[in-house]
Amino acid sequence: MSQPTKAATPAPAGRAATKKALSEHLKAYKHVWVFVEQERGQIHPVSWELLGAGRKLADKLKVDLAAVVLGPPGVATQNAAAEAFCYGADLAYVVADELLADYRNEPYTKALTDLVNAYKPEILLLGATTLGRDLAGAVATTLLTGLTADCTQLDVDDEGSLAATRPTFGGSLMCTIYTLNYRPQMATVRPRVMAMPERKERPATRVIEHPLGMVEDDIVTKVLSFVPDRETSRSALAYADVVVAGGLGLGSPENFQLVRQLAAVLGAEYGCSRPLVQKGWVSSDRQIGQTGKTIRPRLYIAAGISGAIQHRVGVEGADLIVAINTDKNAPIFDFAHIGIVTDAIRLLPPLTEAFRRRLSPHSRDRIAS
Amino acid sequence: MVEEKFDAIVIGAGMAGNAAALTMAERGLKVLQIERGEYPGSKNVQGAILYSDMLEKLIPNFREDAPLERHLVEQRFWMMDDRSHVGLHYRSDDFNEQRPNRYTIIRAQFDKWFSKKVQEAGAVVICETTVTELLRNVEGRVIGVRTDRAAGQVLADVVVLAEGVNGLIGTRAGLRDTPKPANVALAVKEMHFLPRETIEARFNLKGDEGTVIEVAGTITRGMTGMGFIYANKECISLGIGCLVSEFQRAGETPYGLLERFKRHPSVAPLIEGSEVKEYSAHLIPEGGYKAIPQLYGDGWVVVGDAAQLNNAIHREGSNLAMTSGRLAGEAIFQLKSRREPMTAENLTLYKTMLDKSFIMKDLKKYKDMPALLHTQSQNFFLTYPQLVSKAMQAFVRVDGVPKLEKEKLTVKSFVAARSWLGLFWDAFRLARAWR
Amino acid sequence: MHIVVCIKQVPDSAQIRVHPVTNTIMRQGVPTIINPYDLFALEAALQLRDKFGGEVTVVTMGPPSAEDSLRKALTFGADRAVLLTDRFFAGADTLATTYALATAIRKVGSTFGVPDVVFTGKQTIDGDTAQVGPGIAKRLGLRQLTYVARIAGVDPSARTIDVERRSEGGVQVLRTKLPCLITMLEATNEIRRGSMAEALRAARATIIKWSAQDAGVEDLSKCGLKGSPTIVKKVFAPGPRTTKAAMVEAGDQPPAEALIEEIFKQQLGLEAKLVSIARGF
Ligand SMILES: Cc1cc2nc3c(=O)[nH]c(=O)nc-3n(C[C@H](O)[C@H](O)[C@H](O)COP(=O)(O)OP(=O)(O)OC[C@H]3O[C@@H](n4cnc5c(N)ncnc54)[C@H](O)[C@@H]3O)c2cc1C
Ligand SMILES: Cc1cc2nc3c(=O)[nH]c(=O)nc-3n(C[C@H](O)[C@H](O)[C@H](O)COP(=O)(O)OP(=O)(O)OC[C@H]3O[C@@H](n4cnc5c(N)ncnc54)[C@H](O)[C@@H]3O)c2cc1C
Ligand SMILES: Nc1ncnc2c1ncn2[C@@H]1O[C@H](COP(=O)(O)O)[C@@H](O)[C@H]1O
Repeated sequence: MSQPTKAATPAPAGRAATKKALSEHLKAYKHVWVFVEQERGQIHPVSWELLGAGRKLADKLKVDLAAVVLGPPGVATQNAAAEAFCYGADLAYVVADELLADYRNEPYTKALTDLVNAYKPEILLLGATTLGRDLAGAVATTLLTGLTADCTQLDVDDEGSLAATRPTFGGSLMCTIYTLNYRPQMATVRPRVMAMPERKERPATRVIEHPLGMVEDDIVTKVLSFVPDRETSRSALAYADVVVAGGLGLGSPENFQLVRQLAAVLGAEYGCSRPLVQKGWVSSDRQIGQTGKTIRPRLYIAAGISGAIQHRVGVEGADLIVAINTDKNAPIFDFAHIGIVTDAIRLLPPLTEAFRRRLSPHSRDRIAS
Repeated sequence: MVEEKFDAIVIGAGMAGNAAALTMAERGLKVLQIERGEYPGSKNVQGAILYSDMLEKLIPNFREDAPLERHLVEQRFWMMDDRSHVGLHYRSDDFNEQRPNRYTIIRAQFDKWFSKKVQEAGAVVICETTVTELLRNVEGRVIGVRTDRAAGQVLADVVVLAEGVNGLIGTRAGLRDTPKPANVALAVKEMHFLPRETIEARFNLKGDEGTVIEVAGTITRGMTGMGFIYANKECISLGIGCLVSEFQRAGETPYGLLERFKRHPSVAPLIEGSEVKEYSAHLIPEGGYKAIPQLYGDGWVVVGDAAQLNNAIHREGSNLAMTSGRLAGEAIFQLKSRREPMTAENLTLYKTMLDKSFIMKDLKKYKDMPALLHTQSQNFFLTYPQLVSKAMQAFVRVDGVPKLEKEKLTVKSFVAARSWLGLFWDAFRLARAWR
Repeated sequence: MHIVVCIKQVPDSAQIRVHPVTNTIMRQGVPTIINPYDLFALEAALQLRDKFGGEVTVVTMGPPSAEDSLRKALTFGADRAVLLTDRFFAGADTLATTYALATAIRKVGSTFGVPDVVFTGKQTIDGDTAQVGPGIAKRLGLRQLTYVARIAGVDPSARTIDVERRSEGGVQVLRTKLPCLITMLEATNEIRRGSMAEALRAARATIIKWSAQDAGVEDLSKCGLKGSPTIVKKVFAPGPRTTKAAMVEAGDQPPAEALIEEIFKQQLGLEAKLVSIARGF
């Protein structure tokens, strides 16, 4: 009964709730904010993508674009704020406190809610990451405002309201959602959905510091330890330049090795469609699509994948999509840029070989010498 | 093992099982119904046409809330060759009556609704549970079932096998043989979704009016079988089926047939632009009267498709299933209320009731038909359709050939293909079978 | 322990169709299922109950037909099921949903015992927001543990719980106090199959049905469409791309070579990039 129910029966135009009637105290809410996600000194690139999207909104509204940086005192947090300017921020709000060293919902929710209440933004954007979604839900509920999750498109309409478009019903439909009469208007966006803006060297001019106002004893949840993925070898699919993926058409886990081999030659990450995860052939962090990773590589090669809508929404941002499929009517050919109708199991080995030859033209020389 | 004992256990929640469970539960028996599907109807495949009469006997006011698709106002028979069809339409506004006689339904929805009625009547219905075998006592009497759940044995006075055409429980227990390939058809079906308005325009329908097309001819490549196209509210059910033995003989695949059927120039425009959401395959008993197995024994009865109760000629199955289920339920209730044990001897009552019903009378009437269709399949499904098409074309095409000559040619080509004697025999056999 | 699990009945999205003209969902014949992500939450709850004793109550807000999903949850082994159904709840967004669910969970607490843990799935496959869990936590003042991959331990006397939480760059091991709310990560366990006795009990169980009033909702304006700050203004089908894929016909060339040619033709500069990547490796 959450958003999709409404999506199925769009509210008829002219209903009171669909008209803008912002109450007086909410009119004070101005400017566009982007939450800069920092985890253990690493800035999540979605933050910069959001600054890129936020810049456009702010320009259209003729307001400021602010970055919000939460973290422990020190260079990492300072650098994060400074970088935000290079990606287009006009100012930065910073809450630097030891209690923010690790992500925990309680202090982060307090820091962000306090900032909103103090400085009143009209739009607040976060990445739809595990951290961003954890935080956004708590903050929106505390502020009793609307939150549109996993948007794929953001815009402002003529009245200056945020029009947030997101897929619904597993991507079969898109809907545009407004938070007309509450502030801030909150939205999350998945990594790699917005384009990465160009970085331009700029000085960090306006940095506004704000206190957290909490002590460790106020926080019930403790972090016992943190095991970074570096130590476990998880995929970096979302940010790979080249991705090779296989689907059910490969027929067996053995044949999936062909995908991995091609990926190895291309220096690519490998991924898969959902059924392969469900069958246990490939681990779940390799799944691409609506319930897996969204990717935005320069080259995406899909072998034996039909191109179901749930897969499509995760790959559409790729610059070049190449589909290998035996069925010339497979839906993937509707959105691939290059298609070849053939048996992937037979094509992949020579393709891998041909790429190997082509990409290391001097290999023969080296062997000879 | 569950402590509790039931008056009756019904295996399967299809048409037959639901009718049996409802009949018994309504009369106060303690009934357990076990279905292996995720929900009743989730695995069931049918065209599907519902015949009101037999359902009315179970649920008189079913029209109030049953998920019915369209009531049929029109029936079309098409005889097809590869490029054309010769058709017979019967449409009548009389079918737009208060209590229509036939409806299209979608089994997945209908069975769910039917099952709700069974549950409301007081039967205990559990799904996602497969009966794996019948439990028997030392004398060989059926006393309950074993299921695939942990501690999954349950006891009952009588077990009603309503497990459908290839139900393994009865065959595994040796109560009946596995159906012979010549006695079952394999049907494949797809649901083609289209907006309601499009369906109504293409089939010339208004409101909830519906139509059915039954098709015979070269689409089955000389095999005994038929195709069908049913208009539902927002989808078209389309399928084709042939005897399993024929598939074996001809080396054809059901899917290949269906693909060709869909591409036929008379069919393709009806489904153009549709979205296919469901593909399913199912068996249909076609053996008729002669293939009916033993119907009852010590502690058990068998109903519906599992008992091969299906009238292939009139494409009726669900109504025979419902009626046999109801009669079995009534028989069991009668015995129970007289406090008589569920012995084979006492359960003859079920057979007696069946014999008196339309089921056995109808099936007896067509008892020779299946064999006939089988031996003459080349003629019925390949030669005649082509000839009829040729004749029609000769009749309607205006090309300067004298009419008398055309007729002669037509007759000649019939005769050339089949000797006069052969035609005579076909007609004779057909007539005998149909009487 | 008393454990509450929020489940949602959703249309099986693989089978959803969209009306090409009106862009509305064609519901006919679309089967409903328990949101697949919620089964991981339910199994985690059942495991906790089996280990520490107590009861599992499943709660859903939905149409009357959501009873089917609740009954199924009982078949898996849940002890009690509450259906929150009322026309006032219709059209709720996440904020209004969390208001109704939080109110109902409070009522569940006062009726059957205050829950020690509330579980939700990671997200739904129809709403797909992953926000309802955090929202409920906030409204009930529960510590919120999202994306939990494993419950590492519970100390009933100290009333603490340790979990492994998936974060973007690694796994956080967290300790918090009960009561708390957990959103369970997918593929972390496998839902069990109830025994025959459980199946029989579930088939006969009465599902508790609460209207808004029964659940203790005081402010109807916070429910459903009325209580939803977000407004769906437009629904449309994702547009098809106008250009179709360029099909590679091999001709005399081996197909692999032909394909590579086409790739590099369409993405100038990619070859150099790949060569440099290949060198780096
Ligand atoms: C709620 C929900 C969420 C989902 N989320 C995702 C998601 O995040 N990601 C995802 O991928 N899916 C997702 N799905 C599943 C999605 O609907 C599809 O079922 C899935 O993407 C299909 O995977 P596939 O293309 O590998 O398999 P199939 O659809 O079976 O396609 C296999 C393809 O391989 C081709 N083929 C067969 N043999 C060969 C051969 N030898 N050589 C070349 N081609 C061959 C076939 O023609 C066919 O097109 C989701 C579904 C639901 C309901
Ligand atoms: C393509 C097609 C078109 C048809 N068209 C028509 C038509 O238009 N009109 C008409 O009247 N008839 C039609 N029929 C025939 C009709 O579908 C059947 O006659 C009718 O469904 C038989 O009902 P039943 O209850 O005997 O079997 P089923 O409906 O097959 O039900 C058997 C049930 O038992 C369950 N089951 C089986 N084994 C077990 C087990 N071991 N444990 C637990 N559960 C079990 C199954 O899951 C199933 O739900 C058609 C059939 C087909 C295949
Ligand atoms: N109507 C509802 N009834 C009960 N639980 C719900 C409902 N909607 C969402 N949930 C729970 O909240 C989780 C997240 O949902 P969502 O925010 O829609 O992605 C789901 O996995 C469910 O556990």
